[in-house]
Amino acid sequence: MVKIVRKQVLNPSVTLLEVEAPRIAKKAQAGQFIILRLDEEGERIPLTIGDYDREKGTITIMFQKVGLTTQLLGDLNEGDAIRDFVGPLGQPTRPELGDDIKRVCVVGGGVGCAIAYPQAKSLHAEGIEVDVIAGFRSKDIVILEEEFKAASDHFYLTTDDGSYGEKGFVTDKLKALIEAGNQYDAVIAIGPVPMMKFVSKTTEPYGIKTLVSLNPIMIDGTGMCGCCRVTVGGKMKFACVDGPDFDGHQVDFDELMNRNSVYREREAQEKERHACRMEKLAHDMIH
Amino acid sequence: MPNMSLKKNPMPHQDPVVRAGNFQEVALGYTKEQAIDEAQRCLHCKNMPCVSGCPVMIHIPEFIAKVAEGDFEAAYQIIAQDSALPAVCGRVCPQETQCESKCVRGIKGEPVGIGRLERFVADWHNANATEKAVVPAPNGHKVAVIGSGPSGLTCAGDLARKGYEVTVFEALHLAGGVLVYGIPEFRLPKSIVQKEVDGLKELGVKIETNVVIGRSITIDELMEEMGFEAVFIGSGAGLPMFMHIPGENLKGVYSANEFLTRINLMKAYREGADTPIMDLKGKKVAVVGGGNVAMDAARCSKRLGAEVYVIYRRSEAELPARREEVEHAKEEGIIFKTLTNPVEILGYHNPDDRRDPKNGSVCGIKCVEMELGEPDASGRRRPIVKEGSEFEMEMDCVIMSLGTSPNPLIKSTTKGLEINKKGGIIVNEDGLTSREHVYAGGDAVTGAATVILAMGAGKTAAKAIDEQLKNK
Repeated sequence: MVKIVRKQVLNPSVTLLEVEAPRIAKKAQAGQFIILRLDEEGERIPLTIGDYDREKGTITIMFQKVGLTTQLLGDLNEGDAIRDFVGPLGQPTRPELGDDIKRVCVVGGGVGCAIAYPQAKSLHAEGIEVDVIAGFRSKDIVILEEEFKAASDHFYLTTDDGSYGEKGFVTDKLKALIEAGNQYDAVIAIGPVPMMKFVSKTTEPYGIKTLVSLNPIMIDGTGMCGCCRVTVGGKMKFACVDGPDFDGHQVDFDELMNRNSVYREREAQEKERHACRMEKLAHDMIH
Repeated sequence: MPNMSLKKNPMPHQDPVVRAGNFQEVALGYTKEQAIDEAQRCLHCKNMPCVSGCPVMIHIPEFIAKVAEGDFEAAYQIIAQDSALPAVCGRVCPQETQCESKCVRGIKGEPVGIGRLERFVADWHNANATEKAVVPAPNGHKVAVIGSGPSGLTCAGDLARKGYEVTVFEALHLAGGVLVYGIPEFRLPKSIVQKEVDGLKELGVKIETNVVIGRSITIDELMEEMGFEAVFIGSGAGLPMFMHIPGENLKGVYSANEFLTRINLMKAYREGADTPIMDLKGKKVAVVGGGNVAMDAARCSKRLGAEVYVIYRRSEAELPARREEVEHAKEEGIIFKTLTNPVEILGYHNPDDRRDPKNGSVCGIKCVEMELGEPDASGRRRPIVKEGSEFEMEMDCVIMSLGTSPNPLIKSTTKGLEINKKGGIIVNEDGLTSREHVYAGGDAVTGAATVILAMGAGKTAAKAIDEQLKNK
């Protein structure tokens, strides 16, 4: 059991939870993730470690309420507990970037910004020059603007509909920055699969190393089932142990999108079960 | 006067037609009368060949004598001296190649039903015993066990009985390893595994779930920072193999590990579970492989309402699964396509509707027929492709059950731990690895094998750890 010590609603669909998990906080590095399970009937879901505080022994997760489990998680409050919480899992990002790196562009899409943020923060803290492009559908779902500003040298915000920041997609902005002569040693793209695919396509002609953080379906997260398998450079990889970061120019994104849709119909039905499960969860907490 | 019947007392079973529609245990176990009657078939041979066939050397004739007397608790106590998991082993051990293969009664007729009697005794104890386990006096030594599968639990149990302070670290949220995620409820009810795990806790064994050794904590930290004087690695062989043929990443292709984990650990077959699994009602499923895991995956698919095919590249005689499991599968209506090997998994594509949810899903499997050639290095006749024999079958789901290998995580995060070519940890006859005070056993050493062999390895290591630490 881990205890929720802080809850912050970042926007109508994205929630931040800080939980007490000293062992994970001690080891966590940007790019790694945890797996959690809410209760006896619960499923195991992966969430990226958004931030960690080694002194306080806490780690932060940020998630979008998209299905049953994230809805239930979003309904929990400070003082509540999460039954199972395991990590840190996966490979940290930093070693993938190499030692002689001077300037990086971090690109976040929507809730992916929650995962892009710790990347920007840790690289910036290391003294690397960090540009951030954060893209959102519209103004009402913008998150972490101030945090990004503090964790970057240049910060660019785009909205698809132009309701805030610059109008357009992150790929437009990225291309413009590269064309304007900004030299990046690497681009880190985190967001919906199509966005990561198009960022990779944008950087490919310029030969800029591009890391993407993949989000396939997972169960155990320790390499024992292959549910999270992806094709990278024509080879089968397990995202939970070999990743989740991979070279975006080598990833088969269409296959990933296909595999992520396996349970789509079932996921839609789950939302209806939300109310009765919430009651059960509350009951478990009391007893 | 011994019971000289040439046949074992038959085991009562759920009717095949009924059981193919539920996840309840297939074999129902002996009644008291059947157990006593079967126990009377034992001749109490002086040289006890059966004991030599048991990897943990249970005092078989002694416990059987107590069953014959009707003193089931005494029988249990005799088994418990050597086995931490009798209710499990009585169910899943391949007794036909172990204890029962050495039974003198088996020379003319059927051997004594040792496994069935062990199971009866353990179940009787679990249902009737009231006395709490006696917690041994602590001896002041701390040992860490990595993995709560059969080898880890056995090692932990043996050390706890000698007064060691034992902590078991488990990566998943439930203890038991393959006993909880792999072997289905209808062969091994999870409540039985839980009972045996609870028994270890009563002995003072601490079990910490949700800890991935190599990520959450390293072996060096266990020893240098947390004060564990010895470590036993029983992390198993959980890394699934794939065929690397086209179509293996289509929707509807599972590894057997994933399929069974969803069903057994996550209870995806139950109405209220959050973890989804493909709806297999009225669908066609191909299980590729012929081991016990393949039989488990096939029989689970059947219970989810599918028409199930087992596709195996050698002939029926070479099926690595236990005979009993193959028979059970057949009784339940599973169809065997032997001397057949997949070369491609076929996918559905609707060019007129890109949003058709069936796009990218399995719609069939392309196979070739095989024939058997000369024996290979493993001594089994090598399957050879018959030229021009390619054919296709319609399928909705394919489950790859080709075996597993040890997970590389512990190897990659522990300096100086030597590994063989197949990824198994190298150990000496005591289970000692290339690292001082670090022992290993079970599938992490041998690659995928049996529950009882893993238990034997856990026992060997516990003995070696005890000999090393008690003189410290």
